[in-house]
Amino acid sequence: MATQTPIPVEVPKEDQRVPVIEPGHSFATIGEKVSNIVLRRPVSLGWVFGFLVMFSGMNMLLFALGYLFMKGTGIWGITIPIGWGFAIINFVWWIGIGHAGTLISAILALLRQSWRNSINRFAEAMTLFAVACAGVFPLVHTGRPWLAYWMFPYPNSMNYWPQFRSPLIWDVFAVSTYGTISLVFWFVGLIPDLATLRDRAENPIIQKVFGLLAMGWRGSARHWHRYETAYLLLAGLATPLVLSVHTVVSFDFAVSIVPGWHTTIFPPYFVAGAIYSGFAMVVCLAIPIRAVYGMEDFITARHLENSAKVMLATGLIVGYGYFIEAFMGWYSGNTFDSFLLWNRLHGPYAPWYMSLLISNIFIPQLFWLKYFRTSTFWLWILSLVILVGMWLERFIIIVVSLHRDFLNSSWGMYYPTKWDWMTYIGTIGMFLTFMWLFVRVLPMVSIAELRTLLPEAHVHEAEEVHK
Amino acid sequence: MDENSKLKGGPDVCPGKRGQLDLATVKAEIEETSGPEYWRSLEELAGSDEFREMMHREFPKGASEWLESFSRRGFLKTMGASLALAGLTGCTKLPDTVIVPYVKQPENLIPGKPMYYATAYTLGGYASPIIVESNMFRPTKVEGNPDHPASLGGTDVYAQASLLDLYDPDRAQTVTYMGDVRSWTAFTEAVRGPISVQKGIAGAGVRILTQSVSSPTLAGQIRDYLKANPQAKWHVYEPINRDNVNEGAKMAFGEVVETRYDLSKADVIVSLDADFLYAGFPGNTRYIRDFASRRNPDAEMNRLYVVESTPSSTGMKADHRLPVRAANIENLAHVLAAGCGVASSATPSLSDQETYYVMAASKDLQDHGGSSVVIVGDHQPPALHALAHQINAKLGNIGKTVFYTEPVDANPANRNQSLHELVEDIRGGKVDLLLILGGNPVYDAPAELEFASALKSNAVALKVYLGTHNNETAVLCQWHVPEAHYLEAWSDARAYDGSASIVQPLIDPLYGGKSAHEIITILAGQPGLTGHDLVQQYWQKQHTGGDFETFWRKSLHDGWIAGTTYAPKNVSAKGISPQRSQPADANAIELNFRRDPSIYDGRFANNGWLQELPKPLTKLTWDNPVMIGPAMASRLKLSFKDVVEVELNGKKVKGPIWIQAGHPDNMVTLFLGYGRTRAGRAGTGTGHDAYPLRTSQAPWFASGAKLTPTGEIYNLASTQGYQTMETPDGSDRPLVMETDLEEYKKEPAFAKEGEVPKELTLYPAVDYSKEMYAWGMAIDLNACVGCNNCIVACQSENNIAVVGYEQTLKGRHMHWIRVDAYYQGDRNNPKGYFQPVPCMQCENAPCELVCPVGATVHSSEGLNDMVYNRCIGTRYCSNNCPYKVRRFNFLLFQDWETPQYKMMRNPDVTIRSRGVMEKCTYCVQRINEHKIDAETASVREGKDVRVGDELKTACQQSCPANAIVFGNLNDANSAVNKWKAQSRNYSLLAELNTRPRTTYLAEVRNPNPELKPESQHERSAG
Repeated sequence: MATQTPIPVEVPKEDQRVPVIEPGHSFATIGEKVSNIVLRRPVSLGWVFGFLVMFSGMNMLLFALGYLFMKGTGIWGITIPIGWGFAIINFVWWIGIGHAGTLISAILALLRQSWRNSINRFAEAMTLFAVACAGVFPLVHTGRPWLAYWMFPYPNSMNYWPQFRSPLIWDVFAVSTYGTISLVFWFVGLIPDLATLRDRAENPIIQKVFGLLAMGWRGSARHWHRYETAYLLLAGLATPLVLSVHTVVSFDFAVSIVPGWHTTIFPPYFVAGAIYSGFAMVVCLAIPIRAVYGMEDFITARHLENSAKVMLATGLIVGYGYFIEAFMGWYSGNTFDSFLLWNRLHGPYAPWYMSLLISNIFIPQLFWLKYFRTSTFWLWILSLVILVGMWLERFIIIVVSLHRDFLNSSWGMYYPTKWDWMTYIGTIGMFLTFMWLFVRVLPMVSIAELRTLLPEAHVHEAEEVHK
Repeated sequence: MDENSKLKGGPDVCPGKRGQLDLATVKAEIEETSGPEYWRSLEELAGSDEFREMMHREFPKGASEWLESFSRRGFLKTMGASLALAGLTGCTKLPDTVIVPYVKQPENLIPGKPMYYATAYTLGGYASPIIVESNMFRPTKVEGNPDHPASLGGTDVYAQASLLDLYDPDRAQTVTYMGDVRSWTAFTEAVRGPISVQKGIAGAGVRILTQSVSSPTLAGQIRDYLKANPQAKWHVYEPINRDNVNEGAKMAFGEVVETRYDLSKADVIVSLDADFLYAGFPGNTRYIRDFASRRNPDAEMNRLYVVESTPSSTGMKADHRLPVRAANIENLAHVLAAGCGVASSATPSLSDQETYYVMAASKDLQDHGGSSVVIVGDHQPPALHALAHQINAKLGNIGKTVFYTEPVDANPANRNQSLHELVEDIRGGKVDLLLILGGNPVYDAPAELEFASALKSNAVALKVYLGTHNNETAVLCQWHVPEAHYLEAWSDARAYDGSASIVQPLIDPLYGGKSAHEIITILAGQPGLTGHDLVQQYWQKQHTGGDFETFWRKSLHDGWIAGTTYAPKNVSAKGISPQRSQPADANAIELNFRRDPSIYDGRFANNGWLQELPKPLTKLTWDNPVMIGPAMASRLKLSFKDVVEVELNGKKVKGPIWIQAGHPDNMVTLFLGYGRTRAGRAGTGTGHDAYPLRTSQAPWFASGAKLTPTGEIYNLASTQGYQTMETPDGSDRPLVMETDLEEYKKEPAFAKEGEVPKELTLYPAVDYSKEMYAWGMAIDLNACVGCNNCIVACQSENNIAVVGYEQTLKGRHMHWIRVDAYYQGDRNNPKGYFQPVPCMQCENAPCELVCPVGATVHSSEGLNDMVYNRCIGTRYCSNNCPYKVRRFNFLLFQDWETPQYKMMRNPDVTIRSRGVMEKCTYCVQRINEHKIDAETASVREGKDVRVGDELKTACQQSCPANAIVFGNLNDANSAVNKWKAQSRNYSLLAELNTRPRTTYLAEVRNPNPELKPESQHERSAG
């Protein structure tokens, strides 16, 4: 990284692609541009309208949940034998989406993929919100949600612990740990930027709020040293979690004996699928945000193309997972497994399975072509397709496996009700409400980390090396 | 539901006044009146028998009963009922009863310990002897009477479910006149005048319409009245009747006789459309037991041929089943008769397959002369019954497998004719006072009679209806007297073998209901006589020798009156050769009417247990379909859910199609009993009413129906997802293991193919052998006849909720035990199997592993326990249960509000709340009760007393087929161990290594070797 010539911006010979930050920016312009969105930009009518739409979506969720608490899970389409439906599908879907943020922040940070600096902040925020959405479901899908805290090991007068052999308990730990670490990681990363906002804010109340949140950050070398150490440690801590969370979620299925669930390929295939959908969501959000807030300088075509490549790679892993599932159905010679395959292809949910294959395997192959990786329009469309495809994957795994298992007499059908849809769409509303607020109250890209991408940042480094 | 609850009807009032008065009511009655009326009331009061009776007593209100040793129980019942009544809705004012704690503990009463009383349940005049469990004077469970030959411990679904009828909140709760609330006294006053007028004209204007009556007391009462008033008439009507049977007997013997079979001695049984293995067929409980006892492949196995029209569970158990249209069965019977050597007037031509079948069957019959039986269904014409009598006589079966006795029915008049005469009299203005005692003729009378319009017309001056519900008939009568449930009133009845049982009440009438006996006392001018007095008086007259009190108490205790069983009667079939009826047009569509397997003729329409009981073959609930066969469906391009219009002689009825495997072609079956308009909150508006198409000329089948698709769609709620063991991908799942007798002899352990060696595990095996108990169950698939009794018994024992049509449609029914019905082979004539599935209580239970809170755990005795209080409702256990026996309270399915249901429930079983999982517990409450008893006995007797085979689960106890055995696997002598040691024993889905404690004895059929190639052909075709 060390370089002798500070100006013009040094670009390694092998990296003549679109830059990760457009030329012409300085420390000041970055700080100004990012913080102005929070501090100076007037609240537009469009923002208010969008917020109202999203907020009403969130209220629909609250209404659906209120009715659920009043009546019970019977308002949903679940039944015997399909004991899990939209709630668990959505849980797995949201948790999967929540993988991208930490992957970008932690793993790419450790791998020194500096291009991630401009997208990690809102990817992390997205992760947090997605995990929050996911976290709603395990709670409310229980028959008696007011007792769901029994899943936590806490000393109680009943002298009773959770049943630690159950994957649902592993879930509780995996998801809550992941949620906590993601939150801390995100907040630690925010501290220097909060200080910047504090310093730039003119309104005394906003100054106070950001001042409080900045936790006394002064930008001293000692602060920076501690900050970098903590950030690195947290990145190291978060990295295994990215892999473990969805592995544990996949255990919910893999540990059971239901044909279509009971399979060893689930952990890697679930993790790949999670990253797949996570990146799709990042791209899905990044494209409109950078257009609306003029962030094209910081979130460049390079970021989008890299994301497309990640999606292509993980999509292929997911495709491999599908192939192995189908292959094992045939190769095992097990009547229940081979029927599962038949049922996916010819059963009542065959159109859903076909849509899954098309949206998750076939359409994303377009990413082999550079045009689709760089065209923001197509990239956005394909990301949406992948998001739908990954939702369908969870639907196929959960509903289609359960609806026809061992005893023919107990087969059934699953029809989601309006409450299922309201809850699902409601969480999307909640997610977008949070995103909507986030882009206006916090710096959506990391000022401090963006600055490290500037040549000025490297001068300092070079001087240090010289000494 | 909300809409229906409006129909609940009945203003809020206290139960009507009792026959006996007390001072408070007298005072209240006097206070109600004023002026001249006041004096008249007083006079009348003073003159009335009730008043005199009251004055006679030193301590009113039941106190004098205390002096008699027997009535002590009655008094306590009264107290129990009063206590219970205190909680009833429908009361604006609590009864003025001082509730005092027991000063002296009543004999035998230990709070928390149930008591058992023998009584009898009656359907169609035939009594089912039962034992009823009473918890603190509340009847809570019906069991068969193990000592009675008509039950031997088994029951049928109707007897089991009759308990729910007792507590039905929609029952009529008060006497009404034109819909207004009246008192019982007001009623007796109102009818007094007309009755005395009738007395003067020898009862010329009096008509009594009853259902089938086998009660000697009631029949005696009515006959006494008719003797005193010779112009009065007694009519009998019931839609599901035995007219054909009786006419057939008259044809053959010149008189009505009861035909009784001994199936335990029958090697070959030929059923001509007789569904004798299902509830509703007289004696079915005993027949199932005898039939099943001969299905053991290691002993002498019987063989069952069933020629049937509408597929039935009996047909599914057949070794050879032949689906034939109802009208064509007569043809077959003639050929069969000829084959057996009965001179037949007709030699109809049959198809090759039919001839082949009938010849083989008749040869088999002849080979087993004296140990075979031919049974004809109630809906086949009289000629066929006469023919069967001749065949049985020719085969030498009389006195061996077939017995003739006096008719059980006290008035075996032709039902349709009887009702016809009544309607004629009504229209002719000859009827002044019509008493309808039970039944619902407005709803179920033959269509051409237009009974409703006859009743509506003002031709009859006074119409009195005695019925449990304010139903279709009740609204057309001026007076409606609530009928007492059989558990509330004294009566008697005869079982299919003629043995008489005393119907003993267990509780005071919840709503002041009256019995038919009491109505007749009013008519006969003997008010004040209670049902108890009448029944006792009747039997006192019959009783000869010995102390009557001892005789009476023994009869009550045993549940029947010794020596009343009808002795076989010597009748000889006349050598008449019954003429063939006009052969039906082969191309015309035949329309069949059948009783509904769940709600019978409609009388159980408001019984949630029966409405939700999956019908044995279709597994349908809450509806009656238009049933057709697969061939007809493909020809008419009809599929499930299509609503069609069925037309017969210009009358139409609309219903959804159900394509039933094994249903004959060109034939439609409609089931009676649905489409009620005033049944109550559960029954009103379910299904369609087939009665408008049913006439007395063609009560069971008619030719020339038309089927028109309407284009509408209706979802039928079936509890079974898929009805073949063959999955749609063409592979066969080994769920019900089955073979035929020959193969079985060669390879007895054929069912154990999938078993996994127990050592094949990485984990240390749990050793249950050191425990005192290791509970296990075995179910004999060969014995099970799919009678559904276990489902209702379990529902009653374990307080299982009824969820309704909508929820059942979604698949959320709550039954802890289900009976899966599978078909295999040719859809037009498949083999059928029944498989009861309770919880398997797996030793390696997949459900336990995945519960996050440990709400389902294993007991040291091998039970997979469900801890409701701990359950948070993730439903993971159900997902992971390969048998899908777990049931989830998706909503608040249990009725926590209705006070009647609170009285009905088993106090030993938790009422589950919303959001918790539940499932079969092996009746853990019974296990614990017996364990406590055994432990107490151990301490008392100072030796090791263990629970033995006397412990029975609810499904096992009431199973008429003895198909379920339960017990201690650690007891080498237990019955369950003996069953499990059989070579037929196998575990369901054994390859999953769940190691179920519930295992099955594989099914073995006994086909006729001569017919075997055909059956093989069938299999290859499938």
